[in-house]
Amino acid sequence: MKRNLIVIGAGMATGRALEHLLDQDPDAYDITLFNAEPRGNYNRIMLSPVLAGDQTYDDIVTHDADWYDSHGITCRFGEKVAQIDRSAKTVTAENGDVLAYDKLVFGTGSNPFMIPLPGHDLEGVIAYRDLEDTERMMGMGPGNRVVVIGGGLLGLEAAAGMAARGVDVTVVHIMPHLMERQLDEAAGYLLRKALIEKGITVRCSANSKEILGQDGHVRALLLDDGTELPCDLLVMAVGIRPNVALANEAGLAVGRGIHVDDQMITSDADILAVGECVEHDGALFGLVAPLYDQARVVAATLLGQDATFVQKDLSTKLKVTGCDLFSAGDFADGEGREDIVFRDPGRGVYRRLVIEGDRVIGAVMYGDTADANWFFGLIRDRTEISEMRDTLIFGPAYQGGTPVDPLAAVAALPLEAEICGCNGVCKGTIVAAIEGGATDLGAVRAKTKASASCGTCTGLVEQLVAATTGAEVETKQAICGCSDLSHEEIRRLIKSQALKSMPAVWQELGWRTHDGCHVCRPALNFYLLADWPLDYADDPQSRFINERKHANIQKDGTFSVVPRMWGGITTPDELRAIADAADKYAVPTVKVTGGQRIDLLGVKGEDLPAIWADLNRAGLVSGHAYSKGLRTVKTCVGTDHCRFGTQDSTGLGVKLEKTLWGSWTPHKLKLAVSGCPRNCAEATCKDIGIVCVDSGYQIGIGGAAGMDVKETERLIDVGSEGEAIEVVMAITQLYRENAKYLDRIYKWVGKVGLDWVRERIADPTTRADLVARFELSQSIYRKDPWAEHAAKRAATYQPVADLTLAAAE
Amino acid sequence: MTWIDLGPLDAIPLRGARKVKTDMGCVAIFRTGADTVHALDNRCPHAGGPLAEGIVHGQSVTCPLHNWVFDLNTGQAQGADDGAVATYPCRVADGRILLDASRLTRGNAA
Repeated sequence: MKRNLIVIGAGMATGRALEHLLDQDPDAYDITLFNAEPRGNYNRIMLSPVLAGDQTYDDIVTHDADWYDSHGITCRFGEKVAQIDRSAKTVTAENGDVLAYDKLVFGTGSNPFMIPLPGHDLEGVIAYRDLEDTERMMGMGPGNRVVVIGGGLLGLEAAAGMAARGVDVTVVHIMPHLMERQLDEAAGYLLRKALIEKGITVRCSANSKEILGQDGHVRALLLDDGTELPCDLLVMAVGIRPNVALANEAGLAVGRGIHVDDQMITSDADILAVGECVEHDGALFGLVAPLYDQARVVAATLLGQDATFVQKDLSTKLKVTGCDLFSAGDFADGEGREDIVFRDPGRGVYRRLVIEGDRVIGAVMYGDTADANWFFGLIRDRTEISEMRDTLIFGPAYQGGTPVDPLAAVAALPLEAEICGCNGVCKGTIVAAIEGGATDLGAVRAKTKASASCGTCTGLVEQLVAATTGAEVETKQAICGCSDLSHEEIRRLIKSQALKSMPAVWQELGWRTHDGCHVCRPALNFYLLADWPLDYADDPQSRFINERKHANIQKDGTFSVVPRMWGGITTPDELRAIADAADKYAVPTVKVTGGQRIDLLGVKGEDLPAIWADLNRAGLVSGHAYSKGLRTVKTCVGTDHCRFGTQDSTGLGVKLEKTLWGSWTPHKLKLAVSGCPRNCAEATCKDIGIVCVDSGYQIGIGGAAGMDVKETERLIDVGSEGEAIEVVMAITQLYRENAKYLDRIYKWVGKVGLDWVRERIADPTTRADLVARFELSQSIYRKDPWAEHAAKRAATYQPVADLTLAAAE
Repeated sequence: MTWIDLGPLDAIPLRGARKVKTDMGCVAIFRTGADTVHALDNRCPHAGGPLAEGIVHGQSVTCPLHNWVFDLNTGQAQGADDGAVATYPCRVADGRILLDASRLTRGNAA
């Protein structure tokens, strides 16, 4: 005797479950299928190709009316289920019909999540979920502007599909990089680059504030930084929520989704659930592969067979033409995980494998995904990889061989092999140059131009010199173990390739590690903010603790706090505020520094925001005593009080400090202004020192009084105070733009030569350009970090939790 | 195991750390660039440096005082340095950071 089966929802999961059921036993059940949408089942994941114009709706229909008819399924399309009575085992339709069931299957799917921004209910604000949404987007064309909120899989497919139709598309993503759940930063960076090349505007770390309308229709999206993005259509693709309303009303166990066991049975033994509406073992499901697995289990369970749903590793591919990316497996936490990273900047390739023990547990690939299935196989089958670990990252073609010696590899290249892609130099040309007497990198570069542009082939050229001459090549000093490039090469490449983010540097310059180390990250952070002050956002996590917390760490983990005293001048009110702060925060040591100010030593990390706020109220700001940046401008009293003073040295010192404070430099920067050649401010052992004379100002650079003691060298004499300030700004900028991180000015001048510096500072145009660039950078950085941290980031200075309190309860 | 909810993952910056006060001293909770979390004693065995203030890179942290580098998974010092810090089970579930505090509360035979 046939039993009654009622299915709620005609989607991909229930469609597949019905296929399995009918295949195995077409006579087991009388089937009734409810669907709120007035149509049967189509392949939702192929909506993106429909949007992009690669397929049509007819192509993606999987079950049409004829299919249901021929299988004897009673379709109630366009009808909702009004009520379920579990004790009577009946379903009530919207029109009042009461239908009895033996088994009931929920396939209610999910709803797109709409962020409840003001204006989200305006006409022209849509999700990306069904055919109607797709048709709305297909109605857009050249001349239309669309904003997509959400830089995940669906949002990007929507954006790319519309961009292919000539629409002006902007993607707004709240996280710092795209598809952050599937991709790491490096792959996210490459994806963003590819989308920008398709003409899509990408705004990451962007917070939506409000949707603006006009006459009831969407007009623009307003971001919380005040930017307005005008649009004719706004697509929200920020995720889905299981549709559990009906299950809730029926009294089933529901968490984020409808709870099911391994047999896909809900808390009611006669009710099953399948697809995006379920929660299994804490997980929700949005990709198609597990839904199909569930569908098979549902069919088996309905037929009384044994079957178990097991969650498997998933892989993701983005369906956007020209963006080859793939991610699979587990990136969640686990002990003993290691990364293997491979980057080929020339081809825009990035591969990262996550290894645990002797197994690959995760993979991210961009640019060349030809081997993706092989890697996914290793993850899925938990293949032991220790034997092939050294060559694993290169893919299946490289397995079984012996690791290659780089010198032997370059020696084995044919003479016509191209070494330098930028300048089209082949191996034969370079070998000829070496044999003609160019036996070092510089000479080869001068003669052939090989490695003279982007520099990424420098290592190859050096190996070629070594292989050809048989000599050891003098190798340059690499920045750290993450890269073979030197600081100087990296600075040059950051400028010439316009690299404006940390992931961009890691990828384009072929970093060997996933995210650098404590040696390269602070250097890169400085180079990026020095070269791109408007584009690059300072990364506190790449700074040494002193610069991250704007205080100097002491050996016991406490900090020292040094407020600025402009030119060494203070007032009784400031001194009172400092004394009050010292009392209030029980500061154990108060010391006068060599830079003419006061150091409060032994302040607890948790107290920093509070003591700063107190000092701020008295007008005191950070003295940057912790920074690779401007420290102090030491002064003598000059013409104000001194009978020998020739100029207002104090006034100039204050003006210089007010101009330069907050600027970041390769190393610390100390200045002094002395009012006469007696030099009471000790200006001739400072990084930049000014000695006032009757005729004007003598400016010297490259002094030091630390590990090395150096006297400044006279750089230039100028006649006016204004010109002296300009010269100091220009020197500072030249130093910022060119020096190696952690080189003081004297070390830098020792490398480039005083004449090189003088030529640039003396030339009026070059000087003016340097001053303009310095001012531009200072428009961002000339501000008090203490005030900002005290106001906005105070909480981060506190412990994230205090378990001593919990234990006391 | 005594899993304690320390707050959302976002409470710790990417490649950063925050500390937790416990009866057994401070524990540093690290978040790596790969969004894994790790709990280690916040005290370098070399000179007592606060590891939570170090630079986080890969699956390691560098002590802010004298640049000792520790593996966040094992607590072992890397390279030429010899030493280790205790580690505690720590994980992310539903975007929340969970720490096993069974060895960190008073009255436990630790």
